[in-house]
Amino acid sequence: MSRLLVCPPDFFAIEYEINPWMRLSNRVDHARAVGQWHGLMRVFEKDLGVVLERMTPAPGLPDLVFTANAGIVVGRTAVVSHFRYPERQREEAHFEDWFRGHGYEVMTMEKGVVFEGAGDLLGFPECWFGGYRQRSDIRAFPHLSERFHREIIPLELIDSRFYHLDTCFCPLTGGELLYFPPAFDPYGQIAIAERIPNERRLPVPEDEALKFACNAVCVGKYVVLPVGCPATERLLQERGYRTHAVPLDEFMKSGGSAKCLTLALD
Amino acid sequence: MSSCQETVIMSGHIIDSLVLAKVLDIILMMGGNFDIEDIRIGKTREDPSRARIVIRVTSTALLNDILTAIQPHGASVEREADCQTAEVSADGILPDDFYATTHLPTQVRLKGRWVEVDRIEMDLGILVDERNTAARAVPMGEARRGDRIVVGREGVRVIPLPRPRERDVFGFMEAQVSAERPHGHVIADIAARMRHLRDRHRAGQADSKVLLSGGPAIIHAGGREALTWLIEQGFIHLLFCGNALAAHDMEADLYGTSLGYGLTAGRAIPHGHEHHLRTINRVRAVGSIEAAVRSGVITHGIMAACVRHAVPVVMAGTIRDDGPLPGVITDAVGAQSAMRAAVAGVGLALLVASTLHSVATGNLLPATVPTVCVDVNPSVPTKLADRGSFQAVGLVMDAASFLSELARIVGRTA
Repeated sequence: MSRLLVCPPDFFAIEYEINPWMRLSNRVDHARAVGQWHGLMRVFEKDLGVVLERMTPAPGLPDLVFTANAGIVVGRTAVVSHFRYPERQREEAHFEDWFRGHGYEVMTMEKGVVFEGAGDLLGFPECWFGGYRQRSDIRAFPHLSERFHREIIPLELIDSRFYHLDTCFCPLTGGELLYFPPAFDPYGQIAIAERIPNERRLPVPEDEALKFACNAVCVGKYVVLPVGCPATERLLQERGYRTHAVPLDEFMKSGGSAKCLTLALD
Repeated sequence: MSSCQETVIMSGHIIDSLVLAKVLDIILMMGGNFDIEDIRIGKTREDPSRARIVIRVTSTALLNDILTAIQPHGASVEREADCQTAEVSADGILPDDFYATTHLPTQVRLKGRWVEVDRIEMDLGILVDERNTAARAVPMGEARRGDRIVVGREGVRVIPLPRPRERDVFGFMEAQVSAERPHGHVIADIAARMRHLRDRHRAGQADSKVLLSGGPAIIHAGGREALTWLIEQGFIHLLFCGNALAAHDMEADLYGTSLGYGLTAGRAIPHGHEHHLRTINRVRAVGSIEAAVRSGVITHGIMAACVRHAVPVVMAGTIRDDGPLPGVITDAVGAQSAMRAAVAGVGLALLVASTLHSVATGNLLPATVPTVCVDVNPSVPTKLADRGSFQAVGLVMDAASFLSELARIVGRTA
């Protein structure tokens, strides 16, 4: 049984611009956003049988809804994020409180090392990948690697539209990787190819990558992704995955989609 | 020559992620150079790796640009400290734990800045000036009470030699010495360097002097004419020798013999063994080698060419010398100092047929100076090569053959 941490979008809005998707002028239709979020939750709970842990939203923290950036959870340990931008640093205490309140051992990054949680650290059971340069500091990964005894391959994110690793890189439960190769430089692409053989790499087309096809949530053989990505859905279905396309364009105004709205707890 | 450097540390899964490769590529693409001083590769996939990289560049601005470019990839500057010093308590005695130099370019960190050690030479101490802004290598015997000498190893770094730009025999830095190897290409490369250095020397450029340090076998074996020609043609700019080379060269001029052997007939001349003594006596009577040449007593040969072409000669004496000739420095430490003072600006050193002078000269030269050691006895070039003169080329061959072939390649038609 999968458990995901989510946060209702009560205060979701665009109140600042910290990535190329965010425009203060591009206002969020709040009612629509709330509807889309509940639609996504319905898919998780009803169709996928996922258990949802709901955080209490906080006024003035519009991005608290993107719980993927709360931190990472490994067993009963939670590493709380330390955000790059001050706008989101105010979320850190809320996430930390939630983890502590739910019995997790909390670990924090050393001062000056930014790390934005599961937004930039994803992986397979044996090998993890860490996105750096846009939001997280590469120096975060050796600490995490040592703490959790896992190999962490750092990957430089070279396109600011794909500012977190989870916007262009999505490991699937069957060992395949859904990803958008041009978000990485040749070094990163080779490093990925070294760990994941060609037949398991599923590159998504650019137009769908820009609709955040890779910001998908994979639970068992189910993949939840934003609508408008038919080629990606076909790729997944050919590999035996069942796809659930959910409209999430109100959250795309902030540069987030299905994956950004969740944090895997175990 | 590299003038700025910084050491950076990288750790984590830097190998398989190609992050290390990327950082090294960035350094090269931006015009820098690097040495991986230390690398520890994780034994398992989970184990992190760690690398210590020294970046070398030509300017501080470029160094800062490179550090800025590689910092996001996890390359962080290693913490460094200033060098430690201690005062000399009595003349000629270095403090305990003094830093002993190598002949490689060396820097010390003073007030947070890396400063080049001036006049580097092996087996000396490092003296830091009163204002703590400059440093130079200092022989033990020249240390004076109150001098500040570098102690320990902290804040001292030795810079490996960059591979020479020239793709010649010096570029390969071969330390092997063997009589069984062909000499032709080696001599051709030396000749090419000498032509180039002569042009540079005539243009007044730095580090363009060619030093020849030679023994009397040059005269005995028949290399006198070739060496004289090389000096007259402006290929040699500094001569180190002992009493014997000068004495037999002038003996040849006065008597046509070298240690009594007729140089053209090739046989012993009656009473020939007296010739070099009479030569020395004659020159002593005139007062100096220069006066002997200027007054026409000595008309031709190596010493005459040096006098006429204003090539400085440092003659270091030994305990078996006859005479000696005027100008021979009989105080060994004084001779060493005179040689040390003269080697500044040498761009190529030819150490020919003299064990003692070759080793002494090799000791005084920084490793950056290309050095050729020629001797019929393999132990001499081997001795120099073993001491780690990276740019030392050893030739096991006869001095006369070497000099004649060298002169022929650079244009002598005899």
